[in-house]
Order: sequence, then structure tokens, then C-alpha cells
Amino acid sequence: MIVAALFFYLFAGVCVASAFMVIAAKNPVHSVLFLILAFVNASGLFMLLGAEFLAMILIVVYVGAVAVLFLFVVMMLDVDFAELRQGSLQYLPVGALVGLIFLAELLFVVGAWSIGANVTAVAPIPPLASISNTEALGLVLYTKYVYYFQAAGLILLVAMIGAIVLTLQHRVRVRRQDIGAQVARTPATSIEIRQVRPGQGLQDPNPQGGAP
Amino acid sequence: MAAFFFDYVWPLMVMVAQSLLLLVILLVGIAYILLADRKIWAAVQMRRGPNVVGPWGLFQSFADLLKFVLKEPVIPAGANKGVFLLAPLVTCTLALAAWAVIPVNAGWLIADINVGVLYIFAISSLMVYGVIMGGWASNSKYPFLAALRSAAQMVSYEVSIGFVIITVLLCAGSLNLTAIVEAQDGRYGLFNWYWLPLFPMFVVFFVSALAETNRPPFDLVEAESELVAGFMVEYGSTPYMMFMLGEYVAIATMCAMGTILFLGGWLSPIPYPPFTWVPGVIWFTLKLLFMFFLFAMAKAIVPRYRYDQLMRLGWKVFLPLSLAMVAIVAAVLQFGGLAPK
Repeated sequence: MIVAALFFYLFAGVCVASAFMVIAAKNPVHSVLFLILAFVNASGLFMLLGAEFLAMILIVVYVGAVAVLFLFVVMMLDVDFAELRQGSLQYLPVGALVGLIFLAELLFVVGAWSIGANVTAVAPIPPLASISNTEALGLVLYTKYVYYFQAAGLILLVAMIGAIVLTLQHRVRVRRQDIGAQVARTPATSIEIRQVRPGQGLQDPNPQGGAP
Repeated sequence: MAAFFFDYVWPLMVMVAQSLLLLVILLVGIAYILLADRKIWAAVQMRRGPNVVGPWGLFQSFADLLKFVLKEPVIPAGANKGVFLLAPLVTCTLALAAWAVIPVNAGWLIADINVGVLYIFAISSLMVYGVIMGGWASNSKYPFLAALRSAAQMVSYEVSIGFVIITVLLCAGSLNLTAIVEAQDGRYGLFNWYWLPLFPMFVVFFVSALAETNRPPFDLVEAESELVAGFMVEYGSTPYMMFMLGEYVAIATMCAMGTILFLGGWLSPIPYPPFTWVPGVIWFTLKLLFMFFLFAMAKAIVPRYRYDQLMRLGWKVFLPLSLAMVAIVAAVLQFGGLAPK
């Protein structure tokens, strides 16, 4: 299993280094690109744990959609981030405190495995060899945790509708396209053929009282 | 020492050899697919197409390769150099990486992973980064506009491709590409494949694949009448070639994906001898070429979409349609007792 260990240190090392570069990079676009690198390496770590479904979903959702939007916004901003970052050192104590609390919590969580060794898991963990982890997730997600799943979906729906309501504005006097009407047009409804004698031009531009 | 060799070195050598073999075959195939694309396009317009280099122009792609490689790469003074050079590399590498999981015959693939479909989907969702990075790093107006367009376009059409994949997964009951192909095996040959029961989704998949790979009629990323050459304006020589190569490999990947999801992969269309004696890889190649022919014909025949129509098609037509199909397919499978296992 030396190969797995080597890959673990590779992924973990690159992940930590690129996470550091996210805050250290001068150019905000570079920051987002390093963030993407961190995501990809985190997905590699998931893969090493055997959680291949989570690894792929992490890439599809975070790298393929969320980070694209980040990049989209950051690319279009014209902000001098070096100037913004002038006084950022004064946040160092607060940041360090948050980091310390987070580290302590992580240690407690990891320590709980050895402290409460005889605490059993809420749901039995199926053996990895007999069932793929996509199947294992699906078995509990839509049965045991169906209400949580629905609640999460509802929250997302509310957020989505909220975003639409905030940005949708009905402007008047805007020429909108009606694709159905455009497709339904035929030669009979849109053109008119006239016989024009040479040298005379159109005498009466509107003989039938139709559209000119 | 011997144990170390057989545990670590030998599998590594096998993997490298397999990957090299796949790459060589794939790249030569791409060279001829590219030529076929130009020939089909020319035939539709009653031209001859490339016919000078080699017999019937068969070596045209290799001549182009030499031309691209021997030219001097130019990096604009205002460009962000690192990202500028990274972008074509990202495009090319990601496009080639997708082929690791594509089964061209029963068991003929490099990595038979459980989540093969998701892997290809993830890779194709990453392809947008090559375009965005190239467009931004060029530090020029047209590439930047093209990059913004492409980001919106590719993210939009990924959604409908995702739902199309879900309908196929519901029918097959697995995320593994080999299992998906095997689920389409049956007595009726080509009528067992998913293109027939899921025909609307096949159409949605085909159109979305065109948009996802920036093929005409959805090539708004490089619409030469509006954006000069889109995000590739500032690129030349080898970096440009890598963009183009990545694009065509991505197209081949999408064709392979359509073959696996809807056209039964390596299965014979008539499941009786002598048709079953033909190796599966030949059926796979034929189906892939059929898909590519459709891509090429769409390029030759259909005029370019306007950008707002493209967005409308993606969000207002394909998204509701594919979402409804997911619900309908799931209901039919559940209440019709057809669900796998």
C-alpha cells in the first residue's frame, strides 16, 4: 500500500499548498485557479478513501459549475486587489483564532474514534467489497434520510426563486422576441407581390388598405 | 526484489504501454476524423476538399501537424504567460484523459471504474476551463468575449446532458459504462438499444453534445463573423494545434458517449451469426463514425444559431423536456415493473 501512501502525500501536499496560494496569490484569477487545483486534489483524496461517487460529484459540482461562476465574476471585476489587501495583516489574530478553534475541533472529532471506541454507527456501514458506494448512498439517501433530502431540496428551491425574484424586472417598451410567432410566419402573411410597370413605380402604395 | 518488480513495476509498465497504445490509435484516428470532417463539408458544398498531400489528400492532417509544430509560437506582450500556455495544455490533456474509461469492446479499456459515466461527465465539465483560461490570459477583447460566451454556453448544456445521462442510468441501473452497454444486449439487436425507447433524449443528447463541444451550428465561441476567431485569436503554432486537437478529441469522446449510451457500444446490430463474428471494436468504430458523420453533416447543413436562441434552446426547451423525461422514465420503470433489479 506504499503507492496509496505516496499518492495521499502528493494529493494532500498539493491541496494544502494550493489552498495557501489561494490567499497568497496576487492576481485574483490565479487565486481561483489555485482554488480549482485544491478542489481537484481533494477529489483525489476522496478517491483514495474509496468514495469515488463523492470524488466525481465534487468535480462536477464545485469545479464544473461553482468555480466557473467564481472565475466568471472575478475575471470581469476591475479591482486592484493588492490595494484591498493593504490592511489585511490586522485580521491575522482573528484568523489565527478561528484556525485554532477549527484545529481543536478536528482533533476532538478524530480523537473520538479512540475515546468512544465502542460507540456504534447510527446506520450499519455496508462492506465496500459487496456494494458500490453509489448504491450504498442511494440506499440510505432516499429511504432513511428522505426528509432531510427533501428539506435540502426545498431550501435550494427557495434560494433559486429568491434569486429570480431579486433580479427579474419587467421593463416596459422592450421589444421581445416571440419565437412561436416568428416560426409561424408564412409567405402569405408576410410578403406581397406587386407588378410594377417600367418607369411608373408604385402609383398607389396602399390600394387595398393593407399594410404598406 | 522479484516481488517488488511484479507488484509495482510490471503493472506500471502494462499501464503505460496500454495508455501509449490507446493514445497512438486515438491520435491517428483523430487525424483521419479531421480529414473526414473537411471532406464531408467540402462534398456538401460541391468542392473537392483537401486532395493534394498524399493520395486523395490522406496525409493532409500530418502535413498540418508539421506546419503547426515548426512555426514559431508567439506570446502576446500583454498576455498572462503562464495561464496562456497552460490553457491549451489543459484542453488537450483533459480531452485525452476521458478516453481512459471508454470501453471499445468487452473488457477493452484502461480503467473499468464504477462511476465511468460520471468520470466522463466531470471531464467534459472541466473542458470549459481551457476556453476560459485561454480567453482571459490573451488579454484581448475578442478572446475575452468568446470566453464569457463559452462559459455560459457549456455550463448551460451540461445541465441537459446530465439529465439525459440520468435517464439512461435509470434504464441501465449502473454508472459503469460496460454495464450500460451490456444492459442494452438483447434478442432484438439494434431495437434493444436505448435510442428507440429514449429517442427524444437521443436527440437532446446529440444537440447538447454539439453545443458542449462548440461545434457548428453552436460554435458561437469562435464565431468568425463576430469574434474574429473567438478565444483562439491570439494563439498560433503548437498551442493552437493543441486547442484544435483537444476539441476534436472531445468531439470523438462525445460520439463515443452517444455510441455507448444509445447505440449499444460494441454490440452487433443483428445479434446472430455471421454478424456476431465481427469483433466488437469494429462495430464500436462504425457506430462512432456514424455519430461523427451526423456531427459533420450538422456542421455542413445548419446555419449558425444566434446567441440568445442558443440560450433559449438550452434553458427553456431542453431543460424542461429532459427534466420531464427523467420523471416519465422513472415512473414507467417503477410502475411498469421494468426497473433493473
